[in-house]
Amino acid sequence: MRSRIAFWNILKKDIKNYYLKPPNISWGIIFPLSWTLMQLIRSPGENVLKLLPGLMAMSVLFGTTSMLAVTITFERSGRSFERLLLAPISINVLVLAKIAGTVLFGIFNAFVPIIFASFFKDLRGVNFGIILPTVFMIAVSSALMGLLIAVSAKQVFEAQTFSNFFRFPMLFLCGLFVPISDLPVFLRPISYLLPLTYGADILKGAVTGVNTLSPTLSFGMLILFSVVLFLISRHNINRKWIL
Amino acid sequence: MINVTNLRKTYGDFTAVNNISFEVQKGEIFGFLGPNGAGKTSTINMMIGLSRPTAGEIFINGIDVRKQTKKAQSIMGIVADESNLYNEMDGFENLCFCAALYGMEKDEREVKARHLLEEFGLKDAAKRSFKAYSKGMKRKLTIAAALIHSPEILFLDEPTTGIDVESSRQIRKRIKALKEQGTTVFLTTHYIEEAERLCDRIAFIAKGQIVASGTVTELMDSVSHGHVIRFVTSKFAENLTAELQSNFEGSIATIQSDNTMIMKSEERIPLLPVMNFLHDKGIDVYEATELRPSLEDVFVKLTGIESSVLKRDEKKGGRK
Repeated sequence: MRSRIAFWNILKKDIKNYYLKPPNISWGIIFPLSWTLMQLIRSPGENVLKLLPGLMAMSVLFGTTSMLAVTITFERSGRSFERLLLAPISINVLVLAKIAGTVLFGIFNAFVPIIFASFFKDLRGVNFGIILPTVFMIAVSSALMGLLIAVSAKQVFEAQTFSNFFRFPMLFLCGLFVPISDLPVFLRPISYLLPLTYGADILKGAVTGVNTLSPTLSFGMLILFSVVLFLISRHNINRKWIL
Repeated sequence: MINVTNLRKTYGDFTAVNNISFEVQKGEIFGFLGPNGAGKTSTINMMIGLSRPTAGEIFINGIDVRKQTKKAQSIMGIVADESNLYNEMDGFENLCFCAALYGMEKDEREVKARHLLEEFGLKDAAKRSFKAYSKGMKRKLTIAAALIHSPEILFLDEPTTGIDVESSRQIRKRIKALKEQGTTVFLTTHYIEEAERLCDRIAFIAKGQIVASGTVTELMDSVSHGHVIRFVTSKFAENLTAELQSNFEGSIATIQSDNTMIMKSEERIPLLPVMNFLHDKGIDVYEATELRPSLEDVFVKLTGIESSVLKRDEKKGGRK
Protein backbone atom coordinates (compact mmCIF):
# COMPACT_ATOMS: atom_id res chain seq x y z
CA MET A 1 0.00 0.00 0.00
CA ARG A 2 2.75 2.42 1.07
CA SER A 3 4.84 1.44 -1.97
CA ARG A 4 1.86 1.84 -4.33
CA ILE A 5 1.21 5.40 -3.07
CA ALA A 6 4.92 6.29 -3.29
CA PHE A 7 5.28 4.74 -6.78
CA TRP A 8 2.28 6.60 -8.16
CA ASN A 9 3.33 9.93 -6.67
CA ILE A 10 6.94 9.68 -7.91
CA LEU A 11 5.59 8.90 -11.39
CA LYS A 12 3.07 11.77 -11.22
CA LYS A 13 5.75 14.20 -10.03
CA ASP A 14 8.17 13.23 -12.82
CA ILE A 15 5.50 13.51 -15.52
CA LYS A 16 4.37 16.92 -14.24
CA ASN A 17 7.82 18.33 -13.46
CA TYR A 18 9.76 17.01 -16.43
CA TYR A 19 7.91 15.18 -19.20
CA LEU A 20 4.98 17.58 -19.59
CA LYS A 21 7.19 20.66 -19.69
CA PRO A 22 6.86 22.43 -23.08
CA PRO A 23 10.56 22.01 -24.06
CA ASN A 24 10.37 18.25 -23.53
CA ILE A 25 7.06 17.82 -25.30
CA SER A 26 8.30 19.84 -28.25
CA TRP A 27 11.60 17.90 -28.25
CA GLY A 28 9.63 14.64 -28.12
CA ILE A 29 7.71 15.70 -31.22
CA ILE A 30 10.31 17.66 -33.18
CA PHE A 31 13.15 15.17 -32.84
CA PRO A 32 11.35 12.11 -34.32
CA LEU A 33 9.54 14.33 -36.81
CA SER A 34 12.73 15.88 -38.18
CA TRP A 35 14.43 12.47 -38.45
CA THR A 36 11.40 11.12 -40.29
CA LEU A 37 11.39 14.08 -42.66
CA MET A 38 15.14 13.81 -43.19
CA GLN A 39 14.88 10.14 -44.14
CA LEU A 40 11.95 10.77 -46.48
CA ILE A 41 13.74 13.63 -48.23
CA ARG A 42 16.98 11.61 -48.45
CA SER A 43 15.22 8.62 -50.08
CA PRO A 44 12.10 9.97 -51.78
CA GLY A 45 11.39 6.80 -53.69
CA GLU A 46 11.83 4.50 -50.71
CA ASN A 47 8.90 2.86 -49.04
CA VAL A 48 7.95 4.77 -45.87
CA LEU A 49 7.17 1.46 -44.19
CA LYS A 50 10.80 0.35 -44.55
CA LEU A 51 11.98 3.43 -42.63
CA LEU A 52 9.31 3.33 -39.94
CA PRO A 53 10.75 0.60 -37.63
CA GLY A 54 14.15 2.32 -37.49
CA LEU A 55 12.60 5.72 -36.85
CA MET A 56 10.40 4.35 -34.08
CA ALA A 57 13.26 2.49 -32.39
CA MET A 58 15.51 5.53 -32.61
CA SER A 59 12.84 7.85 -31.20
CA VAL A 60 12.31 5.59 -28.19
CA LEU A 61 16.06 5.20 -27.62
CA PHE A 62 16.80 8.93 -27.70
CA GLY A 63 13.70 9.95 -25.75
CA THR A 64 14.21 7.54 -22.88
CA THR A 65 17.98 7.55 -22.42
CA SER A 66 18.34 11.31 -22.49
CA MET A 67 15.38 12.07 -20.24
CA LEU A 68 16.11 9.61 -17.44
CA ALA A 69 19.84 10.24 -17.30
CA VAL A 70 19.31 13.99 -17.24
CA THR A 71 16.42 14.12 -14.74
CA ILE A 72 18.11 11.81 -12.25
CA THR A 73 21.45 13.61 -12.50
CA PHE A 74 19.59 16.91 -12.10
CA GLU A 75 17.81 15.67 -8.95
CA ARG A 76 21.05 14.23 -7.61
CA SER A 77 22.95 17.48 -8.05
CA GLY A 78 20.16 19.37 -6.20
CA ARG A 79 20.12 16.58 -3.59
CA SER A 80 16.34 16.16 -3.88
CA PHE A 81 17.05 12.59 -5.00
CA GLU A 82 18.21 11.88 -1.42
CA ARG A 83 14.54 12.16 -0.39
CA LEU A 84 13.74 9.13 -2.53
CA LEU A 85 16.72 7.16 -1.19
CA LEU A 86 15.72 7.97 2.40
CA ALA A 87 12.03 7.18 1.96
CA PRO A 88 10.86 3.85 3.41
CA ILE A 89 10.42 2.31 -0.04
CA SER A 90 12.60 -0.38 -1.60
CA ILE A 91 15.18 0.38 -4.28
CA ASN A 92 13.08 -1.81 -6.63
CA VAL A 93 10.04 0.45 -6.23
CA LEU A 94 12.22 3.53 -6.59
CA VAL A 95 13.83 2.28 -9.83
CA LEU A 96 10.49 1.20 -11.30
CA ALA A 97 8.86 4.52 -10.41
CA LYS A 98 11.70 6.53 -11.93
CA ILE A 99 11.73 4.56 -15.19
CA ALA A 100 7.92 4.45 -15.51
CA GLY A 101 7.66 8.12 -16.57
CA THR A 102 10.49 7.69 -19.06
CA VAL A 103 8.90 4.59 -20.53
CA LEU A 104 5.65 6.48 -21.12
CA PHE A 105 7.62 9.34 -22.70
CA GLY A 106 9.44 6.83 -24.93
CA ILE A 107 6.15 5.29 -26.06
CA PHE A 108 4.84 8.76 -26.89
CA ASN A 109 8.04 9.40 -28.91
CA ALA A 110 7.61 6.14 -30.84
CA PHE A 111 4.15 7.04 -32.06
CA VAL A 112 5.18 10.40 -33.56
CA PRO A 113 6.72 8.74 -36.69
CA ILE A 114 3.69 6.42 -36.94
CA ILE A 115 1.26 9.35 -36.92
CA PHE A 116 3.43 11.20 -39.45
CA ALA A 117 3.75 8.13 -41.68
CA SER A 118 -0.02 7.63 -41.63
CA PHE A 119 -0.32 10.76 -43.82
CA PHE A 120 1.78 9.09 -46.54
CA LYS A 121 0.93 5.44 -46.29
CA ASP A 122 -1.95 3.12 -45.46
CA LEU A 123 -0.94 1.52 -42.13
CA ARG A 124 -3.72 -1.04 -41.95
CA GLY A 125 -1.25 -3.84 -42.61
CA VAL A 126 0.87 -2.92 -39.59
CA ASN A 127 0.52 -5.30 -36.65
CA PHE A 128 -0.09 -2.88 -33.75
CA GLY A 129 -0.70 -5.82 -31.40
CA ILE A 130 3.04 -6.57 -31.67
CA ILE A 131 4.22 -2.98 -31.99
CA LEU A 132 2.84 -1.84 -28.64
CA PRO A 133 4.55 -4.48 -26.43
CA THR A 134 7.76 -4.14 -28.48
CA VAL A 135 7.88 -0.37 -28.11
CA PHE A 136 7.19 -0.90 -24.40
CA MET A 137 10.11 -3.35 -24.05
CA ILE A 138 12.48 -1.13 -26.06
CA ALA A 139 11.47 1.78 -23.82
CA VAL A 140 12.09 -0.29 -20.66
CA SER A 141 15.53 -1.51 -21.75
CA SER A 142 16.54 1.95 -23.02
CA ALA A 143 15.31 3.62 -19.82
CA LEU A 144 17.39 1.19 -17.78
CA MET A 145 20.42 2.04 -19.93
CA GLY A 146 19.68 5.69 -19.13
CA LEU A 147 19.59 4.77 -15.45
CA LEU A 148 22.98 3.05 -15.74
CA ILE A 149 24.36 6.23 -17.26
CA ALA A 150 22.74 8.34 -14.51
CA VAL A 151 24.39 6.24 -11.80
CA SER A 152 27.81 6.92 -13.34
CA ALA A 153 27.32 10.64 -14.04
CA LYS A 154 27.68 13.41 -11.47
CA GLN A 155 26.66 16.34 -13.66
CA VAL A 156 23.98 16.78 -16.33
CA PHE A 157 26.59 17.41 -19.05
CA GLU A 158 28.33 14.14 -18.12
CA ALA A 159 25.03 12.28 -18.43
CA GLN A 160 24.49 13.80 -21.88
CA THR A 161 28.03 12.91 -22.98
CA PHE A 162 27.75 9.32 -21.76
CA SER A 163 24.31 8.98 -23.40
CA ASN A 164 25.64 10.10 -26.77
CA PHE A 165 28.60 7.77 -26.45
CA PHE A 166 26.14 4.84 -26.35
CA ARG A 167 23.32 6.09 -28.51
CA PHE A 168 24.94 7.21 -31.73
CA PRO A 169 26.88 3.97 -32.35
CA MET A 170 23.63 2.10 -31.68
CA LEU A 171 21.97 3.86 -34.63
CA PHE A 172 24.38 2.04 -36.92
CA LEU A 173 24.99 -1.14 -34.97
CA CYS A 174 21.40 -2.18 -34.26
CA GLY A 175 20.14 -2.46 -37.83
CA LEU A 176 17.84 0.55 -37.66
CA PHE A 177 18.75 1.96 -41.07
CA VAL A 178 21.65 -0.25 -42.18
CA PRO A 179 20.98 -4.01 -42.14
CA ILE A 180 23.27 -5.88 -39.75
CA SER A 181 24.27 -8.16 -42.63
CA ASP A 182 25.78 -5.09 -44.37
CA LEU A 183 28.04 -4.28 -41.39
CA PRO A 184 31.70 -5.39 -41.34
CA VAL A 185 31.92 -8.90 -39.94
CA PHE A 186 33.88 -7.84 -36.84
CA LEU A 187 31.10 -5.44 -35.81
CA ARG A 188 28.23 -7.91 -36.11
CA PRO A 189 28.76 -9.65 -32.72
CA ILE A 190 28.52 -6.24 -31.04
CA SER A 191 25.11 -5.73 -32.66
CA TYR A 192 23.77 -8.82 -30.94
CA LEU A 193 24.98 -7.55 -27.56
CA LEU A 194 22.66 -4.56 -27.82
CA PRO A 195 18.97 -4.84 -26.86
CA LEU A 196 17.84 -2.40 -29.54
CA THR A 197 18.88 -4.89 -32.26
CA TYR A 198 16.17 -7.29 -31.06
CA GLY A 199 13.54 -4.58 -30.60
CA ALA A 200 14.17 -3.12 -34.06
CA ASP A 201 13.93 -6.58 -35.63
CA ILE A 202 10.50 -7.26 -34.07
CA LEU A 203 9.31 -3.83 -35.24
CA LYS A 204 10.48 -4.61 -38.79
CA GLY A 205 8.46 -7.81 -38.72
CA ALA A 206 5.38 -6.02 -37.39
CA VAL A 207 5.57 -3.26 -40.03
CA THR A 208 6.96 -5.01 -43.15
CA GLY A 209 6.33 -8.66 -42.28
CA VAL A 210 10.05 -9.53 -42.62
CA ASN A 211 12.06 -10.58 -39.55
CA THR A 212 15.74 -11.58 -39.41
CA LEU A 213 15.38 -13.26 -36.02
CA SER A 214 12.57 -15.19 -34.40
CA PRO A 215 10.19 -12.68 -32.68
CA THR A 216 9.95 -15.02 -29.68
CA LEU A 217 13.73 -15.07 -29.33
CA SER A 218 13.87 -11.29 -29.72
CA PHE A 219 11.19 -10.75 -27.05
CA GLY A 220 13.07 -13.13 -24.78
CA MET A 221 16.31 -11.23 -25.36
CA LEU A 222 14.60 -7.88 -24.63
CA ILE A 223 13.21 -9.28 -21.37
CA LEU A 224 16.59 -10.77 -20.49
CA PHE A 225 18.42 -7.49 -21.20
CA SER A 226 15.83 -5.57 -19.13
CA VAL A 227 16.19 -7.91 -16.14
CA VAL A 228 20.01 -7.80 -16.30
CA LEU A 229 20.05 -4.00 -16.67
CA PHE A 230 17.58 -3.69 -13.79
CA LEU A 231 19.75 -5.84 -11.52
CA ILE A 232 22.94 -3.97 -12.48
CA SER A 233 21.22 -0.60 -11.91
CA ARG A 234 19.94 -1.70 -8.51
CA HIS A 235 23.39 -2.99 -7.55
CA ASN A 236 25.07 0.22 -8.73
CA ILE A 237 22.59 2.43 -6.87
CA ASN A 238 23.27 0.47 -3.68
CA ARG A 239 27.01 0.66 -4.21
CA LYS A 240 27.42 4.19 -5.52
CA TRP A 241 24.60 6.18 -3.97
CA ILE A 242 24.54 4.65 -0.49
CA LEU A 243 28.19 5.23 0.31
CA MET B 1 15.90 5.62 21.57
CA ILE B 2 19.30 5.75 19.81
CA ASN B 3 22.20 3.47 20.65
CA VAL B 4 25.41 3.92 18.72
CA THR B 5 28.31 1.61 19.51
CA ASN B 6 31.88 1.81 18.19
CA LEU B 7 30.79 3.51 15.00
CA ARG B 8 33.51 4.01 12.44
CA LYS B 9 33.62 5.33 8.89
CA THR B 10 36.64 5.44 6.65
CA TYR B 11 37.06 6.67 3.09
CA GLY B 12 40.27 5.06 1.86
CA ASP B 13 42.99 6.21 4.25
CA PHE B 14 40.85 8.97 5.73
CA THR B 15 38.92 8.23 8.92
CA ALA B 16 35.84 10.47 9.06
CA VAL B 17 34.33 8.88 12.18
CA ASN B 18 36.58 7.09 14.62
CA ASN B 19 34.99 4.57 16.95
CA ILE B 20 32.30 6.70 18.55
CA SER B 21 29.62 5.50 20.98
CA PHE B 22 26.69 7.37 22.47
CA GLU B 23 23.07 7.03 23.52
CA VAL B 24 20.12 9.36 23.06
CA GLN B 25 17.10 9.03 25.35
CA LYS B 26 13.50 9.26 24.15
CA GLY B 27 12.21 12.85 24.08
CA GLU B 28 15.70 14.30 24.39
CA ILE B 29 17.39 16.94 22.21
CA PHE B 30 20.91 15.68 21.63
CA GLY B 31 23.43 17.82 19.79
CA PHE B 32 26.69 17.18 18.01
CA LEU B 33 28.85 20.29 18.23
CA GLY B 34 31.98 20.58 16.15
CA PRO B 35 33.63 22.43 13.30
CA ASN B 36 33.16 21.55 9.62
CA GLY B 37 34.89 18.29 8.81
CA ALA B 38 34.64 17.00 12.39
CA GLY B 39 32.51 14.01 11.33
CA LYS B 40 29.04 15.32 12.17
CA THR B 41 27.44 14.77 8.75
CA SER B 42 29.24 11.43 8.27
CA THR B 43 27.74 10.24 11.56
CA ILE B 44 24.24 11.46 10.76
CA ASN B 45 24.41 9.91 7.27
CA MET B 46 25.22 6.52 8.77
CA MET B 47 22.39 6.89 11.29
CA ILE B 48 19.79 7.67 8.61
CA GLY B 49 20.96 4.95 6.22
CA LEU B 50 22.50 7.15 3.54
CA SER B 51 25.96 5.83 4.22
CA ARG B 52 27.25 2.43 5.34
CA PRO B 53 29.31 2.23 8.52
CA THR B 54 32.75 0.69 8.14
CA ALA B 55 32.24 -0.79 11.62
CA GLY B 56 29.95 -0.45 14.59
CA GLU B 57 26.27 -0.69 15.40
CA ILE B 58 23.35 1.71 15.24
CA PHE B 59 20.03 0.88 16.85
CA ILE B 60 17.09 3.25 16.64
CA ASN B 61 14.11 2.33 18.78
CA GLY B 62 15.47 -1.22 18.86
CA ILE B 63 15.75 -1.40 15.06
CA ASP B 64 19.16 -2.29 13.65
CA VAL B 65 19.68 0.46 11.06
CA ARG B 66 22.26 -1.60 9.15
CA LYS B 67 19.94 -4.57 8.71
CA GLN B 68 16.48 -2.96 8.64
CA THR B 69 17.24 0.39 7.09
CA LYS B 70 13.81 0.97 5.53
CA LYS B 71 11.97 0.06 8.74
CA ALA B 72 14.18 2.49 10.67
CA GLN B 73 13.65 5.21 8.06
CA SER B 74 9.87 4.94 8.47
CA ILE B 75 10.11 6.39 12.00
CA MET B 76 12.65 9.09 11.11
CA GLY B 77 12.23 12.65 9.91
CA ILE B 78 15.35 13.81 8.11
CA VAL B 79 16.53 17.36 7.42
CA ALA B 80 19.71 17.43 5.35
CA ASP B 81 22.27 20.22 5.67
CA GLU B 82 20.79 21.73 2.48
CA SER B 83 17.16 22.60 1.79
CA ASN B 84 16.63 19.86 -0.76
CA LEU B 85 12.99 20.06 -1.82
CA TYR B 86 11.82 20.29 -5.42
CA ASN B 87 12.25 23.71 -7.03
CA GLU B 88 9.57 22.97 -9.64
CA MET B 89 6.87 22.34 -7.03
CA ASP B 90 5.13 24.80 -4.70
CA GLY B 91 5.22 24.54 -0.90
CA PHE B 92 1.97 22.60 -0.59
CA GLU B 93 2.89 20.15 -3.37
CA ASN B 94 6.31 19.54 -1.84
CA LEU B 95 4.80 18.63 1.52
CA CYS B 96 2.14 16.40 -0.07
CA PHE B 97 4.80 14.63 -2.17
CA CYS B 98 6.98 13.96 0.88
CA ALA B 99 3.94 12.61 2.73
CA ALA B 100 3.20 10.28 -0.20
CA LEU B 101 6.71 8.83 0.06
CA TYR B 102 5.71 7.63 3.54
CA GLY B 103 2.50 6.08 2.19
CA MET B 104 0.07 8.67 3.52
CA GLU B 105 -3.32 8.81 1.80
CA LYS B 106 -4.30 11.93 -0.19
CA ASP B 107 -6.81 13.38 2.32
CA GLU B 108 -4.51 12.79 5.27
CA ARG B 109 -1.47 14.33 3.58
CA GLU B 110 -3.37 17.42 2.44
CA VAL B 111 -4.73 18.07 5.94
CA LYS B 112 -1.27 17.61 7.48
CA ALA B 113 0.40 19.78 4.82
CA ARG B 114 -2.02 22.66 5.43
CA HIS B 115 -1.54 22.33 9.18
CA LEU B 116 2.27 22.41 8.89
CA LEU B 117 2.26 25.36 6.48
CA GLU B 118 0.21 27.28 9.03
CA GLU B 119 2.40 26.18 11.94
CA PHE B 120 5.59 27.28 10.17
CA GLY B 121 4.09 30.59 9.06
CA LEU B 122 4.19 29.60 5.38
CA LYS B 123 0.45 29.55 4.67
CA ASP B 124 0.63 32.58 2.37
CA ALA B 125 3.50 31.00 0.43
CA ALA B 126 1.76 27.63 0.02
CA LYS B 127 1.18 28.09 -3.70
CA ARG B 128 4.51 29.75 -4.38
CA SER B 129 7.19 27.75 -6.16
CA PHE B 130 9.93 26.48 -3.80
CA LYS B 131 12.62 28.18 -5.87
CA ALA B 132 10.98 31.56 -5.08
CA TYR B 133 11.27 31.01 -1.32
CA SER B 134 13.87 32.87 0.75
CA LYS B 135 16.61 30.79 2.42
CA GLY B 136 14.81 30.94 5.77
CA MET B 137 11.48 29.89 4.21
CA LYS B 138 13.18 27.04 2.35
CA ARG B 139 14.69 25.81 5.60
CA LYS B 140 11.35 25.96 7.41
CA LEU B 141 9.57 24.10 4.62
CA THR B 142 12.33 21.46 4.60
CA ILE B 143 11.82 20.92 8.33
CA ALA B 144 8.04 20.83 7.84
CA ALA B 145 8.55 18.16 5.14
CA ALA B 146 10.51 16.06 7.62
CA LEU B 147 7.63 16.27 10.10
CA ILE B 148 4.84 15.46 7.64
CA HIS B 149 4.60 11.81 8.72
CA SER B 150 4.89 12.61 12.46
CA PRO B 151 8.24 10.86 12.98
CA GLU B 152 9.31 9.57 16.39
CA ILE B 153 12.81 10.91 15.85
CA LEU B 154 13.96 13.95 13.93
CA PHE B 155 17.47 14.28 12.50
CA LEU B 156 18.55 17.84 11.78
CA ASP B 157 21.87 18.48 10.08
CA GLU B 158 22.87 22.11 10.67
CA PRO B 159 19.24 23.29 10.93
CA THR B 160 19.92 27.04 11.05
CA THR B 161 23.08 27.38 8.97
CA GLY B 162 22.96 30.21 6.48
CA ILE B 163 19.57 31.64 7.39
CA ASP B 164 18.37 34.89 8.94
CA VAL B 165 18.12 35.47 12.68
CA GLU B 166 14.32 35.53 12.80
CA SER B 167 13.94 32.25 10.89
CA SER B 168 16.60 30.67 13.15
CA ARG B 169 14.66 31.78 16.20
CA GLN B 170 11.42 30.34 14.82
CA ILE B 171 13.12 27.05 14.00
CA ARG B 172 14.63 26.77 17.48
CA LYS B 173 11.22 27.48 19.01
CA ARG B 174 9.68 24.77 16.85
CA ILE B 175 12.38 22.27 17.83
CA LYS B 176 11.69 22.94 21.51
CA ALA B 177 7.96 22.46 20.91
CA LEU B 178 8.70 19.11 19.26
CA LYS B 179 10.57 17.97 22.34
CA GLU B 180 7.57 18.90 24.48
CA GLN B 181 5.43 16.73 22.20
CA GLY B 182 7.76 13.80 22.89
CA THR B 183 9.78 13.79 19.66
CA THR B 184 13.43 12.82 20.03
CA VAL B 185 15.73 15.25 18.24
CA PHE B 186 19.29 14.60 17.07
CA LEU B 187 20.96 17.67 15.65
CA THR B 188 24.36 18.73 14.47
CA THR B 189 25.57 22.30 14.64
CA HIS B 190 28.67 24.42 14.70
CA TYR B 191 26.88 27.21 16.59
CA ILE B 192 27.85 27.03 20.25
CA GLU B 193 24.96 29.19 21.41
CA GLU B 194 22.48 27.09 19.45
CA ALA B 195 23.72 23.90 21.11
CA GLU B 196 23.60 25.59 24.51
CA ARG B 197 20.08 26.98 24.04
CA LEU B 198 18.50 23.89 22.51
CA CYS B 199 20.18 20.72 23.64
CA ASP B 200 19.54 18.66 26.73
CA ARG B 201 22.89 17.00 26.13
CA ILE B 202 25.78 17.88 23.85
CA ALA B 203 28.64 15.86 22.44
CA PHE B 204 31.77 17.74 21.33
CA ILE B 205 33.09 16.11 18.18
CA ALA B 206 36.49 16.78 16.67
CA LYS B 207 38.50 14.80 14.12
CA GLY B 208 35.86 12.07 14.08
CA GLN B 209 35.92 11.47 17.81
CA ILE B 210 33.63 12.43 20.67
CA VAL B 211 35.85 14.45 23.00
CA ALA B 212 33.25 14.99 25.73
CA SER B 213 29.51 14.72 26.21
CA GLY B 214 26.94 15.65 28.82
CA THR B 215 24.54 18.38 29.82
CA VAL B 216 25.78 21.98 29.57
CA THR B 217 26.30 22.01 33.37
CA GLU B 218 28.19 18.72 33.32
CA LEU B 219 30.44 19.93 30.53
CA MET B 220 31.15 23.17 32.34
CA ASP B 221 31.84 21.39 35.62
CA SER B 222 34.24 19.05 33.83
CA VAL B 223 36.68 21.90 33.22
CA SER B 224 35.76 24.28 36.02
CA HIS B 225 38.15 23.88 38.93
CA GLY B 226 37.48 26.10 41.92
CA HIS B 227 35.50 29.26 42.23
CA VAL B 228 36.19 32.70 40.82
CA ILE B 229 34.52 35.89 42.07
CA ARG B 230 34.87 39.30 40.52
CA PHE B 231 34.30 42.30 42.81
CA VAL B 232 33.59 45.80 41.55
CA THR B 233 34.84 48.22 44.20
CA SER B 234 34.57 51.94 44.92
CA LYS B 235 38.30 52.49 44.50
CA PHE B 236 41.54 50.80 43.52
CA ALA B 237 42.43 48.32 46.29
CA GLU B 238 46.12 48.90 45.79
CA ASN B 239 48.63 46.86 47.88
CA LEU B 240 45.93 44.69 49.48
CA THR B 241 46.84 41.48 47.67
CA ALA B 242 49.06 39.94 50.35
CA GLU B 243 46.74 40.97 53.17
CA LEU B 244 43.70 39.49 51.38
CA GLN B 245 45.48 36.21 50.73
CA SER B 246 46.61 35.88 54.36
CA ASN B 247 43.14 36.71 55.68
CA PHE B 248 41.38 34.36 53.28
CA GLU B 249 43.55 31.29 53.26
CA GLY B 250 43.65 29.29 50.05
CA SER B 251 42.51 32.15 47.88
CA ILE B 252 44.44 34.05 45.24
CA ALA B 253 43.59 37.70 44.79
CA THR B 254 44.29 39.78 41.71
CA ILE B 255 43.73 43.50 42.08
CA GLN B 256 43.09 45.39 38.88
CA SER B 257 43.47 49.10 38.29
CA ASP B 258 39.91 49.44 36.89
CA ASN B 259 38.49 49.11 40.43
CA THR B 260 37.92 45.40 40.07
CA MET B 261 39.34 42.53 42.02
CA ILE B 262 39.34 38.81 41.17
CA MET B 263 39.47 36.18 43.92
CA LYS B 264 40.06 32.52 43.10
CA SER B 265 39.74 29.64 45.53
CA GLU B 266 39.21 25.87 45.49
CA GLU B 267 36.50 26.33 48.16
CA ARG B 268 33.47 28.58 47.90
CA ILE B 269 34.33 32.16 48.89
CA PRO B 270 32.08 33.67 51.59
CA LEU B 271 31.15 37.17 50.43
CA LEU B 272 30.38 38.97 53.68
CA PRO B 273 33.86 38.59 55.30
CA VAL B 274 35.49 39.85 52.10
CA MET B 275 33.12 42.80 51.93
CA ASN B 276 33.68 43.60 55.63
CA PHE B 277 37.45 43.37 55.15
CA LEU B 278 37.31 45.82 52.26
CA HIS B 279 34.86 48.08 54.11
CA ASP B 280 37.32 48.31 57.02
CA LYS B 281 39.91 49.50 54.49
CA GLY B 282 37.54 52.21 53.29
CA ILE B 283 36.54 50.40 50.11
CA ASP B 284 32.89 49.67 49.26
CA VAL B 285 31.82 46.70 47.16
CA TYR B 286 29.27 47.55 44.49
CA GLU B 287 29.03 44.22 42.75
CA ALA B 288 30.18 40.62 43.24
CA THR B 289 29.79 38.13 40.38
CA GLU B 290 30.72 34.47 40.24
CA LEU B 291 32.61 33.88 36.98
CA ARG B 292 31.92 30.55 35.28
CA PRO B 293 33.52 29.39 32.05
CA SER B 294 31.29 29.75 28.98
CA LEU B 295 30.47 26.72 26.86
CA GLU B 296 32.83 28.24 24.31
CA ASP B 297 35.67 28.17 26.88
CA VAL B 298 34.82 24.56 27.71
CA PHE B 299 34.76 23.61 24.02
CA VAL B 300 38.15 25.23 23.40
CA LYS B 301 39.66 23.59 26.48
CA LEU B 302 38.31 20.10 25.74
CA THR B 303 38.76 19.96 21.98
CA GLY B 304 41.84 22.13 21.59
CA ILE B 305 39.98 23.82 18.71
CA GLU B 306 39.87 27.61 18.91
CA SER B 307 36.34 28.99 18.82
CA SER B 308 37.47 31.16 15.90
CA VAL B 309 37.37 27.97 13.80
CA LEU B 310 33.66 27.57 14.57
CA LYS B 311 33.08 31.27 13.92
CA ARG B 312 34.83 30.90 10.55
CA ASP B 313 32.45 28.00 9.78
CA GLU B 314 29.53 30.26 10.71
CA LYS B 315 30.70 32.79 8.15
CA LYS B 316 31.10 30.07 5.55
CA GLY B 317 27.54 29.02 6.35
CA GLY B 318 26.49 32.49 5.28
CA ARG B 319 24.62 33.38 8.43
CA LYS B 320 23.13 36.85 8.28
